[in-house]
Amino acid sequence: MNGEPLLEAESHGVVGGRLALFAAGTWTAERAGELERLIERVIAGHGRVDGIDIDMQRVERLDTFGAWLLERLFRGLGGGDTRIIGLAERYRALVLQARDVNHTRPAQAHVSSLTAALDLVGRTVVHIGHDIVAVIGMIGALTAALGRAVAHPSTFRFTSMVHQMDRVAWRAVPIILLITFLIGGILAQQGLFHFRQFGADVYVVDMVGILVLREVGVLMVAVMVAGRSGSSYTAEIGSMKMREEIDALRTMGFDPVDVLLLPRVLALIFAVPCLTFLGSMAALYGGGLMCWLYGGMSPEVYMSRMREAIDLLDLAVGLIKAPFMGLIIGAVASVQGLAVQGSAESLGIKTTDAVVKSIFLVILFDGVLAMFYAAIGM
Amino acid sequence: MAEPGNDAVIRVRDLVVGFGGAPVLDRLSLDVLRGEILGFVGASGAGKSVLMRTVIGLVPKSEGLIEVDGVDFGAAPLAARRRIERRWGILFQHGALFSSLTVLQNVQFPIREYLRLSQRLLDEVALAKLEMVGLTADVCHKYPSELSGGMIKRVALARALALDPDIVFLDEPTSGLDPIGAGDFDDLIRTLQRTLGLTVFMVTHDLDSLHTVCDRVAVLADGKVITAGPIPILLASEHPWVKSYFRGKRSRVGGARAAPEPEPNTVSRISDKIMRHQVS
Repeated sequence: MNGEPLLEAESHGVVGGRLALFAAGTWTAERAGELERLIERVIAGHGRVDGIDIDMQRVERLDTFGAWLLERLFRGLGGGDTRIIGLAERYRALVLQARDVNHTRPAQAHVSSLTAALDLVGRTVVHIGHDIVAVIGMIGALTAALGRAVAHPSTFRFTSMVHQMDRVAWRAVPIILLITFLIGGILAQQGLFHFRQFGADVYVVDMVGILVLREVGVLMVAVMVAGRSGSSYTAEIGSMKMREEIDALRTMGFDPVDVLLLPRVLALIFAVPCLTFLGSMAALYGGGLMCWLYGGMSPEVYMSRMREAIDLLDLAVGLIKAPFMGLIIGAVASVQGLAVQGSAESLGIKTTDAVVKSIFLVILFDGVLAMFYAAIGM
Repeated sequence: MAEPGNDAVIRVRDLVVGFGGAPVLDRLSLDVLRGEILGFVGASGAGKSVLMRTVIGLVPKSEGLIEVDGVDFGAAPLAARRRIERRWGILFQHGALFSSLTVLQNVQFPIREYLRLSQRLLDEVALAKLEMVGLTADVCHKYPSELSGGMIKRVALARALALDPDIVFLDEPTSGLDPIGAGDFDDLIRTLQRTLGLTVFMVTHDLDSLHTVCDRVAVLADGKVITAGPIPILLASEHPWVKSYFRGKRSRVGGARAAPEPEPNTVSRISDKIMRHQVS
């Protein structure tokens, strides 16, 4: 029953301006590729004719693909008077329906590549501007929400905040400890390897101590938290936006910033300093272990050297930055989550954006603060 | 192909489906005949969607037999299953359009995957399908999130019809549409069914659809098909659920024309009057 489709001109060809054609086989989706070539060949071979007689007695099956290709044949041959002979009755409606379709082409949006490139650059710049404004706006909205929560403590969602703390702080502890421990070890190993060449092994302790407490500890934790919790906030809020849950909250008279965002962001502001402290300790421990195993420095020497190298100020420098980093990550995640549109793709894009943008902003903020600290001699 | 005299495209025999506890479908048997529109009704949660999803292979069955054109779908090798799947199209309740593809790409997706066709033919056929379901060329480059509920259903139907299936499964095709839109959609299904010679399996709650387009209606209750047949037969049924469904206040018969219950209370009499008024 799956006979090859066939379409050819009858031997007498064109008589009195009318082209006689003979069709057979299956004119269905599976054969549409072959059929299209047959039809194009007939159109190319005959050009426009006044009329067409097509014998379709031997066509076994026909579906919309076949019906459309038949219509395309008619239109390609000039669309004159057509007579279909012997087509099974059940296919008549389909062939008639094919006459009505494809009269208008969908408009194609064609732009030159240069214009498109310039357009993209312009849009991106505008976008960055909007993003910065949105993050600042979000921080403002969060501050206002915090003000309301302080004025009416009963409206604050304390349970939600504790739940979020459990998610972003407590459950993040093992992975943060592991990663910062490894980073501390790697720093010490690299330091030992290079400092040893000019006999300055012992200064490795200074390097590890200062670097970890002031910069690496808080940055690593911020990057981890952005990837782990910022992305999940965006995905969560974004899918709530997609399912109109946020609109539902609004119509019930709740501000989503109060209900959803403030507890989450406060949890992050709390989580990042705690994780930074734990992470820094793990990194110092990792550094010490590496100095002992790889550099042959006894733990006592490492400890006493560390005591000389760092003071409370170094720890403070790192920890002061931490809550702000939590705020940045939370605000960016919230902005991106609320910017999610209807499609699943948009959710993916915004989640990626949240991570990339918060890491970028965190590093930018860290750099600005480093200059500030240097200026005030901290 | 089915033997002559037995023209069931889909034969379900003694199907049992359960999720842990009590079975949702309990020794259910059902035939879907070639070229008919079968309406499938049942209370919410009775397992209508479960049956549809089991037949199309999304939910595993515990026991029983599902035959499509005489082939045991569950036991068939993968290639045979793909061949069967290629012959049906499914309209999911919420459309299930791919949100990252445009309308035109959504319709082209199954065609592109299964057939090697030129881009020109792909575009033309996809547009033809969209026009057949009553859409115009200007929706082609829109994304599903930019469409209204009725348009999503139409695009989803066009996608279900993309490969010219023999069987179409419709899961609540008119839910979420206004009565006029639902009526249009019913007409559309009827027209397409006639033109394309489809077999339609339609899960629905819409009494108007059942009355206007369905050739037969099957009723699901207690995990079984309790009755199946043309509407007049169902109207004669004495099963309490079938009775209240087809002769209840919201039905055409119960609300508008049928004799009131032996002792109707005032409220239902008033509502009967209101209904009659609206209908007439």
